[in-house]
Amino acid sequence: MVERYVMSVDQGTNSTRCILFDHQGRLASVAQREHQQHFPRPGWVEHDAVEIWRALQRVVPDALSEAGIGVDQVAAIGIANQRETTVLWDRHTGAPLGRAIVWQDTRTAPLVEDLRRAPGDEYFLDRCCLPPSTYFSALRIRWLFDHVGGLERRAMAGEVLFGTIESWLIWNLTGGVDGGLHVTDATNASRTMLMNIRTLTWDEELLAFFGVPRLMLPEIRSSAESYGEARSVVPGVRITAALGDQQAALFGQTCFSPGEAKCTYGTGSFLLLNTGSEVVRSRHGLLTTVGYKIGDQPPVYALEGSIAVTGSLVQWFRDRLGLISSAPEIETLARTVEDNGGCYIVPAFSGLFAPHWRSDARGVIVGLTSYITKGHLARAVLEATGWQTREVVDAMNADFPVPLKLLKVDGGMTANNLLMQFVADVLDVPVVRPMVAETVSLGAAYAAGLAAGYWADLEVLRRHWHRAGQWLPDMDPGRRESEYENWQRAVERSLGWMRPPRHE
Amino acid sequence: MTGPVQSIERAAAILRLLAGGPRRLGLGEVAASLGLAKGTAHGILRTLQHVDFVEQDAATGKYQLGAALLHLGTSYLDVNELRSRSINWADALAARSGEAVRLGTPLEGKVLIVHHVFRPDDTLQTLDVGTLLPLHASSLGKVLLAYGTAPVEAALDSGLEMYTRHTVIAPERLTEALAEVREQGWAVEVQEMSMGEAGVASPIRGQGGLVVGALGLSGPVERICDSHGRPRPNLITLLREAARAISRDLGAARW
Repeated sequence: MVERYVMSVDQGTNSTRCILFDHQGRLASVAQREHQQHFPRPGWVEHDAVEIWRALQRVVPDALSEAGIGVDQVAAIGIANQRETTVLWDRHTGAPLGRAIVWQDTRTAPLVEDLRRAPGDEYFLDRCCLPPSTYFSALRIRWLFDHVGGLERRAMAGEVLFGTIESWLIWNLTGGVDGGLHVTDATNASRTMLMNIRTLTWDEELLAFFGVPRLMLPEIRSSAESYGEARSVVPGVRITAALGDQQAALFGQTCFSPGEAKCTYGTGSFLLLNTGSEVVRSRHGLLTTVGYKIGDQPPVYALEGSIAVTGSLVQWFRDRLGLISSAPEIETLARTVEDNGGCYIVPAFSGLFAPHWRSDARGVIVGLTSYITKGHLARAVLEATGWQTREVVDAMNADFPVPLKLLKVDGGMTANNLLMQFVADVLDVPVVRPMVAETVSLGAAYAAGLAAGYWADLEVLRRHWHRAGQWLPDMDPGRRESEYENWQRAVERSLGWMRPPRHE
Repeated sequence: MTGPVQSIERAAAILRLLAGGPRRLGLGEVAASLGLAKGTAHGILRTLQHVDFVEQDAATGKYQLGAALLHLGTSYLDVNELRSRSINWADALAARSGEAVRLGTPLEGKVLIVHHVFRPDDTLQTLDVGTLLPLHASSLGKVLLAYGTAPVEAALDSGLEMYTRHTVIAPERLTEALAEVREQGWAVEVQEMSMGEAGVASPIRGQGGLVVGALGLSGPVERICDSHGRPRPNLITLLREAARAISRDLGAARW
């Protein structure tokens, strides 16, 4: 019998990757292509949607040839994507109307301020469970309507389509101008500020509020169901899954039960907790989001805490301070000392995110004495990631009745043993690393394979998950408490540093 | 017998010149001082820079001795860097072989475990990272001894401790075993450190082919070896593929 594979496309912020997985959920081949980042003005970040589509057209055949298989051996294709990035394109020509506005882009900040004053956070939280923020797509559509001449009129006339990246790719894969499917999934739609979090349908009031015509929006589908067959790149292969990348990682880590959580440690870090079929409205600064929705089953929700600066603090230590020459060396340097020597670094480079949400905070290094060496600073850098994780977990434990018992981790920083041990120590729960590090791609593959019948059920997927490593808490409780207090005192000192500009 | 290699003589002269004074030197100064064509001097300087023996100042473009020269006697590759670069390959090796994977480097006459991937069967296992193993009684250690990453004389001088009745304790037998490792490209240990346990290991090479560590599979003897007590050929194949892949990532061209 010819072996069949599931294809996963991870369309990320920096690159597009195609990975094939075998029946045991093991990686069979990888192909990757980076795309250009455009920074036309301070705070603006853009991608060329056509370049991303071309990247997909390249990496898919590359992955097939590396594995030495044909399109007929692909059982299904699933897509995970950078979330909230906004593409508008012409329904009749298929050409993007300007560059895609990326999730990191902060051009809508003034609009956020206006919305928070009126109608206020509650108005939005009641409907989509998201407070106004520069992340979400609806504000970008509004901004484009207000700044691109004739765009709003054309959208009202039904000539313009909106999508996050997965919509754009699926539309192109399924024929584009020639009958392409205009769909999104509930996880991606839950990041637009336009979807009702309970009904999983476009919210008429929010559409009216932002002035977004229903005509331009994709149809909201499940995260795992057969959307249709691809007509190009992988002709005849069914597209059976789409998820936002962090939700895909939650799925790839097989966090299928309420109370299970994962944290992806990259330049920033994202901690997601499965809260089951319940919409939990956070009172502690977390976001409520759709975790995944399988076929006709009820949706599974999640709480999300994002930490802006984790791996990027190590990069700063390497590139700006020049105290190490490669990121992994931070561990070597940190191990030259026994502890932090009383030094703490709060990396509030652009304010503090979850659970504080203080844009007036800026980074501080506290506890400096003549005793402090670069080794202590290296420790403080790693500990900052540990304590920020602890703050998010504390917020989750306060919002959700099932306390966290175990944290599943992935991402580049999981290679750092000192950090992973510290995370286990400060959370006081075991931290486990799975054998397949590519959890985003794996999650999209799992969802796609599930919908295509390649894998029978969630239990089969659970059995594919194996521990590659585990760190158990090993810190004296008294020390944990006093160190946490020190961290919290350091955070207090970071607050209120930025002041509104003085009017002369 | 061939004569001395001219480019190496010239490289040595450049290093002596840079070591001679506290001042950084420009390309023109180096070339003029040694009577070399600028192109020749530039080629040698760039190669020395590639192996970190020479550093170029970003602002002035002038050259000075590299930090790596000060640490010639110690490993040039940071162990945490080695782990980061190996982690995906080590995971894939554990998934495909079904066995535990460990990565070792030398530390003060022992093998230091710098990375460990659990056997993928979800049994209770604890991370061995930071553990020290004997050089002569472990497959990881034998690889490090065989390729000169850990000095064999020091191991022999300190005496070969017996852990089980299978431990190789006769110096001449160890020397033979190490020659065999070099010949076949991998090392094996069957119940030499503890009864019931076995392991196989293969070298990880860095720039220029220098062995910087050892990658190994380990577990119960009946899983690692066949009924004749020989390591299973499929495990050796998977192990060597993974070790070669890591070596390629680290810049070992031939592997």
